[in-house]
Amino acid sequence: MTALGDLFRWLTDPTNWQGSHGIPVRVFEHIELSGISVLIALVIAMPIALYLGHTGRGGFIAINVANVGRALPSLALLAFGLVIAIALGLGLGFWPTVFALVPLAIPPIVTNAYVAIREVDRDVVEAARGMGLSETGILRSIEVPLGLPVILSGVRTAAVNVVATATLGALVAGGALGRFIVDGLALQEYDQLMGGALLVALLAIATEVSFAALERATVPPGMVAIR
Amino acid sequence: MTPGEPLVRWDWIASHAEDIGQRVGEHLELTVIAVAMGFLIAFVLSLLALRVPRLYGPITWTTGILYTIPSLALFALLIPYTGLSLLSAEIGLVSYTLLILIRNIVAGVRGVPVEVRDAARGMGYTDRQILWRVELPLALAVIFAGIRVATITTIGLVTVTALIGQGGMGYFILLGIQLFFSTALIVGALGSVVLAVLADGTLVLAQRALTPWTRAG
Repeated sequence: MTALGDLFRWLTDPTNWQGSHGIPVRVFEHIELSGISVLIALVIAMPIALYLGHTGRGGFIAINVANVGRALPSLALLAFGLVIAIALGLGLGFWPTVFALVPLAIPPIVTNAYVAIREVDRDVVEAARGMGLSETGILRSIEVPLGLPVILSGVRTAAVNVVATATLGALVAGGALGRFIVDGLALQEYDQLMGGALLVALLAIATEVSFAALERATVPPGMVAIR
Repeated sequence: MTPGEPLVRWDWIASHAEDIGQRVGEHLELTVIAVAMGFLIAFVLSLLALRVPRLYGPITWTTGILYTIPSLALFALLIPYTGLSLLSAEIGLVSYTLLILIRNIVAGVRGVPVEVRDAARGMGYTDRQILWRVELPLALAVIFAGIRVATITTIGLVTVTALIGQGGMGYFILLGIQLFFSTALIVGALGSVVLAVLADGTLVLAQRALTPWTRAG
C-alpha cells in the first residue's frame, strides 16, 4: 500500500498546490477546456436538434448520430483535432483538444434534445397552436420547458465524456489535469500519476452529480406528480 | 504535419502491412476478452439483481461510478498495482462494459410480458426453467443491444490503452501524434472505426441467427 501513501503525500504537499503548474491551476484549465468545448457543441447542436425535433424531420439521423459518435475513438478524435488545429495555424495544446472534444459532445446533445422535443405530448402542442402561439412560441414556452430534463440529460452525458476525454489533451502539449497523468507516466512518478487520476475521476463524478441535480430541479412543477 | 509530406504515404502502409495486421489482432483480442469477461460478470450480477431486487440499486450505482471514471484515470490508478500490462488494460475495459450490459440484461428480462411468464408457470415450468427457456431467450434482443454498445465502446477505448503499452490501433494513433506523422494517425483512427463497424455488423448477424423467431411473420 505504499502507492496510497505516496498519493496521500503528493496530495497534501503544499508545493503541489502553488504556481502555474499547481493543482488549482490545472483544475481550472480542465474546467475551462471542458466548459468551452461543451458550449461550442451546444451552439452547434441545439438549433439543429430543436429544428428537427419540432418539425419531426430527420429522426433517423438524429437518433443514429449518437451510435456513430460512440464508435469514434477519443484518441482518434484528438489526432484529427491536432491535424485541423495545425492546418489552421492554431498550434498545440488548447485548440486541438477543443476540436477533439466538440465532435464528442455533439451526438448525445442532438439525440437527447430531439427525443425530448418529440416526446412532448402532441395534444399539448396542438392546444398551444389552437391558442394562437407561433411555432417559435410553441418551441420556447411549451416544448423546451417540458423537455428540459431530457435535454439536460444529453448535456450531462456530453459533459461527463468531455471532462473525461479532456485528460487526453496533455498528449498534445495541453494543460489541464491530464498533465499530471501523462507526465507521471513519462517520468514514472506514480504519486503524480495517481494524484492526477484521482482528481480527474472526482471532477467527472462531480460533473455527473451536479447535472443529475440540475435535471431534477428543472422538471416542471406540474410534471412532478405525473412522474 | 510536415510540409511537403503527403497526407497518406501508401508506401509506409505497404511496408508496415505485417505490423498493422498484428495490431488489428491485438485490438480484437483486447476487445473480445473485455466483452466476454464483462458479460460473464454482468450476467452473474444481473441474475443476482433479478433475484434480489434490492441489490439492483447498489449494483448500478457502483458500476455507474466505474463507468464515470475517465478511462485514462482508471488505467493510471491501476499502474502502481498491475503495471503496464494486459491485466491493467483489461480491468479498465471490463469495468466499462458492466453498467451497459447489466442495464440491458435486467431490462430485457423484466420486459418479458407477465402473461408469458404465467403461461410458462401454468405449463409446469420451474423458476429456473422459466429463466433459461422463456425469459432469457425473449430478452436476447435487448441483451444483444447492450452487447453491441459495449463492444463498440470497448473498441474505441482500446485505443487509449496504447498509453499503457497495449492499444491495438491506438499504437498507430499515438505514434502519429508523437512523430507528427499523418499516415499513422489515419491508419490508427480509421482502422479503429472500421473494426467497430465490422464488429457491429457481425453482432447483428449473430443476433439474427440466434433469434430466428423475431423474423417470423
